[in-house]
Amino acid sequence: MPIPPQPAIEVSNLVKSYAGVTAVNGISFTVPKGEIIGFLGPNGAGKSTTMRILTGYLPATSGSVSICGYSVVTDPDAVKKRVGYMPENNPLPDEMRVSEYLYFRGRLKEIPRGKLGSRIDEVLELCDLKRVRHKIIGKLSKGFRQRVGIAESVLAEPPVIIMDEPTIGLDPHQILIVRDLIASLRGRMTVLISSHILPEIEMTCDRVLIINQGRIVAQGTPADLRREVLGQSAYEIEAAGDLGSLPFLLGAIDPGLSVASEGTPDQYGFRTIKLKTLNAEDSGEAILRACMSEGLRVRALSRAHPTLEDVFLAATRRSWDAVSSGPGTRT
Amino acid sequence: MKHFFTILSHEVRMLLVSPSTYIAAVAFLSLMGFFFTGILEDYSKTPQDMSPASVFFLYYWFPVIFMVPLLTMKCLAEERRLGTIETLLTTPVTTTEVVLGKYAAAYLLYLVFWASTSGFFYILSHFAGEAHLIDPGPILGGYLFITVSGFFFIAIGVFASSLSKNQAVAGMLCVVMLAAFIFGGLYLAHAPWLEREALSPLKEAVMYADIFQHYEDFTRGIIDTREVLFYVSGTVISLIFSILSVEAKLLHS
Repeated sequence: MPIPPQPAIEVSNLVKSYAGVTAVNGISFTVPKGEIIGFLGPNGAGKSTTMRILTGYLPATSGSVSICGYSVVTDPDAVKKRVGYMPENNPLPDEMRVSEYLYFRGRLKEIPRGKLGSRIDEVLELCDLKRVRHKIIGKLSKGFRQRVGIAESVLAEPPVIIMDEPTIGLDPHQILIVRDLIASLRGRMTVLISSHILPEIEMTCDRVLIINQGRIVAQGTPADLRREVLGQSAYEIEAAGDLGSLPFLLGAIDPGLSVASEGTPDQYGFRTIKLKTLNAEDSGEAILRACMSEGLRVRALSRAHPTLEDVFLAATRRSWDAVSSGPGTRT
Repeated sequence: MKHFFTILSHEVRMLLVSPSTYIAAVAFLSLMGFFFTGILEDYSKTPQDMSPASVFFLYYWFPVIFMVPLLTMKCLAEERRLGTIETLLTTPVTTTEVVLGKYAAAYLLYLVFWASTSGFFYILSHFAGEAHLIDPGPILGGYLFITVSGFFFIAIGVFASSLSKNQAVAGMLCVVMLAAFIFGGLYLAHAPWLEREALSPLKEAVMYADIFQHYEDFTRGIIDTREVLFYVSGTVISLIFSILSVEAKLLHS
């Protein structure tokens, strides 16, 4: 498919308020075609509301949303044809069989009758559902149900897929399967997923949007976010010996490098020392050499990677007290 | 209306796998069977001046009041409770198609139930062999009345279902509304306080909406377009309200 210039999802100044409560407050973002984007935020941040507006299920109070160039307000049918949506908790009719359900959904999504059978076979294969195709949905386990939901959302091969918490309530093995499934859509479809499970987002998504209290508090690739929100890297050394001269040595390597905390020595005399710096470059080797030259016995050195979890906590905390603190908030 | 038949066939299938449909069917047929044999026993003892069919259809209100809720209470309430309305309405389907599809499915089943009572008349004609018991006029009129009034009754059920997330609440609401429509007219038509001169326009309106009066006219062979219009307009209004109710609940969900 040639890539047209317009982005897959374009949201500007989206506001949604219910009876005096503003759930979404001026969100703007664009998602280029073929990107997998993660939507992060604490409960009640407005993730689900935003997704529902994107699918045309809820009307927005103000602002504009367009999917593949079609406005949600003026052209809801065109938008609905281009979006595969899996709502929160993945509601499915319990009385139907998997293949019957997919057939019904395929008809609703206007897949021609002739193609539908082979397309259903394809998505069943893709989501590893062949074994349960004749089972009743109400009797399936959670993992299978979730995969039925995903199969349903990709059924009509929509250019945009929106999934609200696709991995909620799954065991790690099933999460892995779902993650691979989402990753396999990369490039072909634009995927917007929301999740609480941060490693999930970190591994699958090209870009992350963190929202809190209806506003976007941070966005970018996971690596960018780490730099932007935390702005520092950290090292951890396990060493034994006289630590008195360490601060001077460290200062020589990098003026910003300082000891954040020192642990108590264990039975062999080794203690854990945490270092932090604002410099993003890896100075692990220099630290190691400096320690050796001072006669310190080093057992371990590692560079601590701030996880997306840290970023998330930092970004949301920053927005809770947006007025009082700046970007340098510590985690 | 592209998706109307997709939803209709889906809903008919869903109704056919739902236990409440079978409860309704069994209860309906056994009850109507009892009524019918009761009527025949009376006829075999003493000759009556009405045909058995017109007496039989006079009991229409009884199955209507329990069967219509059983057929319709699930249709929209369950979708909202499970949240499947969200997946349904995010496909290129309009609310109107969803409501009409569900309505038509319930109505079809309602007609099938009533059509199965025609077996009673067949058995009677086959075994009794007495021509005066089988008067085709009242039978046809009775079925026509059921067909036309069914439009409205099922629409009331769909509307009740659109109001609540809870099937039981929707069902009870439906019973109450049906009873109000069926017996309200009958009660008011004979209420002494409506006899006053000043209230005569109101009295006229009540007489117009008296469903038992419609029934009598139909079985006598009088097909009054005003009466048909009463059911059709009632149906349209109930369905419009159902559509609005589904959409209004989305806005406040």
